[in-house]
Amino acid sequence: MNGRLDGWQIALASACYLGLLFAIAFHADRRAAAGNSLIGHPAVYALSLAVYASSWTFYGSVGRAAADGIGFLPVYLGPTLMAALWWIVLRKMIVVSKANRITSIADFIASRYGKSALLGGLATLVAVVGIVPYIALQLKAVSASLALLQSFPGPLPAAGPVWTDAGLHVALLLAAFTILFGARHLDAAERHEGMVAAVAFESVVKLCAFLAVGLYVSYGMYDGLGALFAQAGELPALQALTLPGAGASQGGWAWLTLLSMLSILLLPRQFQIAVVENVSVRHVRSASVLLPLYLLAINLFVLPIAFAGLMRFPEAHANADLFVLTLPLAENQPALALLVFIGGLSAATGMVIVETTALATMVCNDLVMPLLLRLGFFRLAAHADLSALLLGIRRVAIVVLMALGYAYSRAAGEAYALMAIGLISFAAVAQFAPAVLGGLYWRRGNRNGALLGLAAGFLAWLYTLLLPSFARSGWLPASFLDPGPYGQAWLRPYALFGLEGMDPVSHAMFWSMLVNCLAYVGVSLLTRQDAIGQVQARRFVDPAQGSPSAWHGAAPAEAMLALVGRILGPAAAQNLRRQHPQASPGMLMHEAEMALAGAMGAASARVMARSVLQQESLAADDMLALLDESAQAIAHSRELEQKSVELERASAELRAANQRLTELDRMKDDFLSTVTHELRTPLTSIRAFSEILRDHPDLPAGKRAAYLDIIIRESERLTRLINDVLDLAKLDAGRAEWHAEPLDLAQVVRDALEAGGQLLRDKGIALETDLPPAPPVRADRDRLMQVLLNLLSNAAKFCSPQAGRIAVTLRREGDALRVAVSDNGPGVRPEDREIIFDKFRQGGGDTLTGKPQGTGLGLPISRRIVSHFGGRLWLEDAPGGGAQFVFTLPLDTAPQATPASPMENPP
Amino acid sequence: MGRPGLTAERLLALFAAGWLLLNYPLLALFGRLGPVAGIPALYLYLFVAWALLIAGIALVLGLGRDAYDEQA
Repeated sequence: MNGRLDGWQIALASACYLGLLFAIAFHADRRAAAGNSLIGHPAVYALSLAVYASSWTFYGSVGRAAADGIGFLPVYLGPTLMAALWWIVLRKMIVVSKANRITSIADFIASRYGKSALLGGLATLVAVVGIVPYIALQLKAVSASLALLQSFPGPLPAAGPVWTDAGLHVALLLAAFTILFGARHLDAAERHEGMVAAVAFESVVKLCAFLAVGLYVSYGMYDGLGALFAQAGELPALQALTLPGAGASQGGWAWLTLLSMLSILLLPRQFQIAVVENVSVRHVRSASVLLPLYLLAINLFVLPIAFAGLMRFPEAHANADLFVLTLPLAENQPALALLVFIGGLSAATGMVIVETTALATMVCNDLVMPLLLRLGFFRLAAHADLSALLLGIRRVAIVVLMALGYAYSRAAGEAYALMAIGLISFAAVAQFAPAVLGGLYWRRGNRNGALLGLAAGFLAWLYTLLLPSFARSGWLPASFLDPGPYGQAWLRPYALFGLEGMDPVSHAMFWSMLVNCLAYVGVSLLTRQDAIGQVQARRFVDPAQGSPSAWHGAAPAEAMLALVGRILGPAAAQNLRRQHPQASPGMLMHEAEMALAGAMGAASARVMARSVLQQESLAADDMLALLDESAQAIAHSRELEQKSVELERASAELRAANQRLTELDRMKDDFLSTVTHELRTPLTSIRAFSEILRDHPDLPAGKRAAYLDIIIRESERLTRLINDVLDLAKLDAGRAEWHAEPLDLAQVVRDALEAGGQLLRDKGIALETDLPPAPPVRADRDRLMQVLLNLLSNAAKFCSPQAGRIAVTLRREGDALRVAVSDNGPGVRPEDREIIFDKFRQGGGDTLTGKPQGTGLGLPISRRIVSHFGGRLWLEDAPGGGAQFVFTLPLDTAPQATPASPMENPP
Repeated sequence: MGRPGLTAERLLALFAAGWLLLNYPLLALFGRLGPVAGIPALYLYLFVAWALLIAGIALVLGLGRDAYDEQA
């Protein structure tokens, strides 16, 4: 190979290299499809992250170093500082993004703030406007290096007509390449393993190329770094470059560090590689070390190359941006120059492919699709193959982006060094920082705040950085910069409101970040966020606890699954169904929405889900559904509470009933034992006397008669007892027969006295009666007779044996008649007065034994009869000592009741 | 690495230290020194501090100990 490179050699090397790249990508895709990923190693992840080092790094760093000395370094120190925080910040971003199927940085912002299509669109716009110059820069670097390679040592050719411009060919080639890598097929997770593998390979190539030229310059052209620096130190102009403050001011250094810190996180291509293409969140750990190491290595020789270039080409017009390439050419090292060219090509293609793919995804998912869906140009039903539509949009977006980049690069001409253009893009992307970082850690950050903050920051960036660059390129009058628009000095874009003494980038960063943060925080604090915004905020800030935002109510999950089937293929829909066999329609709907979000962005997926649901005011409906659910929950808990109270009451009742049952059971046992005892007594005597009569047939007739009398009497007593027991049982069971009728109570008493009179006369008992006429009562005559006879026989039994006296009185007491039967016997002790109404109890002793007259059931039966007719029966002291049984019966209130007046008696 | 909270705090401290070390006014201090072994002091310092910062990250994240389980 001679000193010059022929065009065909360059073309062949480039073609071979690009072919190799494509082969790698193809192979990686094949491996991925086979489930044997090529990019599963953390080193591949770290290398692919080195896409950060674009041709801007490869060529531009030296250019900047030639002008500013070490001023180029903050651009790489910032990422190292951010790498220290990756384990905290990037990890969370990856976790959140995977959970929410985030496909791009715009998607991230839109999804965080309530899946806002407006915010996603704005973020996409900011990214496109900010990044197009950056893409232009890559194209410019490739075409410039190509031109240099072909024309060296002659001057660079002037730009010819568009169709002969190598830059156009490069742009077209890159567009085709990007489509092949980034938009060949639609992936549910928006992952491109082939692209990642190719980018990782390119990172190796560009590092090797740069190190090669660095080593050659340091040790081939000079005797090591020491000699190089020593020689440079003899030139005062160069020595100044090793001193601080040569280029960037102190403030500028810090701003540049901050700017690059944010860029490594927020540049669309970095987000694509670091978050979307991430295979395992654990890879972040080694990447935090490997990427800074990579950046350190690629920067090691920047200053030596710059110094060598400045010493080799002292003439003022030398293009320092291309020193990397010019030096090997000037030293007649065409092979090295070709390697450097390939390295630069690697840096440019890697950046362009990933950046354009990321931007195209954004444009498709967050700009075009939501617009199509929202404006109604697009009927879901009319498009059978949605995936083709999505891919089509992306491919068109890639071509358009590349065309924009080419147009910018051609129009911007030579006005700017590479470094300046790159920083403009960095500053644009930095506008995402408040919304993204705030969104990750501040739950109250809301859609309005993000929208206004991003818009304000973008406008500030536009005015203080982009428009001035237009002015410098000659698209705007130079008076725009100085003395300022309309001659207003305070409007100067590089010294807004008279803020002077800062370099343009620091100045722009200050103003844009100021308004951005102020608007984001201020508006977030002053406005409320809607339901879905709150749900998403929780999912992003607290990914471990955030609940999936299931669709409420009756979600048409089937229709949604059909949509998934049409966009991602029937297998994807089948998969969803299989993975969530137990899911409710709401959950299934959510999963389907997430799957769609992976292919077309959160905002578009939301719009699609909503159109499926035909649910116009989602926020309100969501809120209502939520309210409804909580109201139901509250009602449910109240019901439960009530039930538990009822249960408690029922169990208390049960306990009481159980107690009563036990009591009754005990009483029944008592009753049975007493009754059998009572029955046995007469039976015993009957049996005893019968045996005597049988065993002694020669018994005198008198005795025999007496014994037989006893037997008959005891049998009668037995009969009475059994009758009483049956009677009581009937009363207790409520089966007794009653014949209630109006009765003249005085007459009934007189009848009873007549019936029982013989008994009293036999005993020689004096009887006093006081029975005035009285209104009728309603009762059963025979039963009442039974009560009265019982009371009379009781009185006869217990009254004084010598001068027995019984008094029966009838009185009216209010609405009742009162009958009292008193004797002059010993009376009943107060403590026994209730006991005698128990079964088988008699006054003056324990259970009855040999008393011939009573069964012990008379009084309980009487009390039941009286109470049946609404009256009461009780015992009290008689006026002259002795006992007095009293019962009352209510007057008959039937209509035929006679007037009460004549019966009023004086006491 | 045991306690994630501790790791996060160590990383934050490392970040703060890195920010201070790789920024003014410390850089101005090194800018005043003469060349060390023929290499400008500021240039040398920046790369050494940078390398130390990377080593610090590696140490805190425990890369030496269990780098093997990184593989997915």
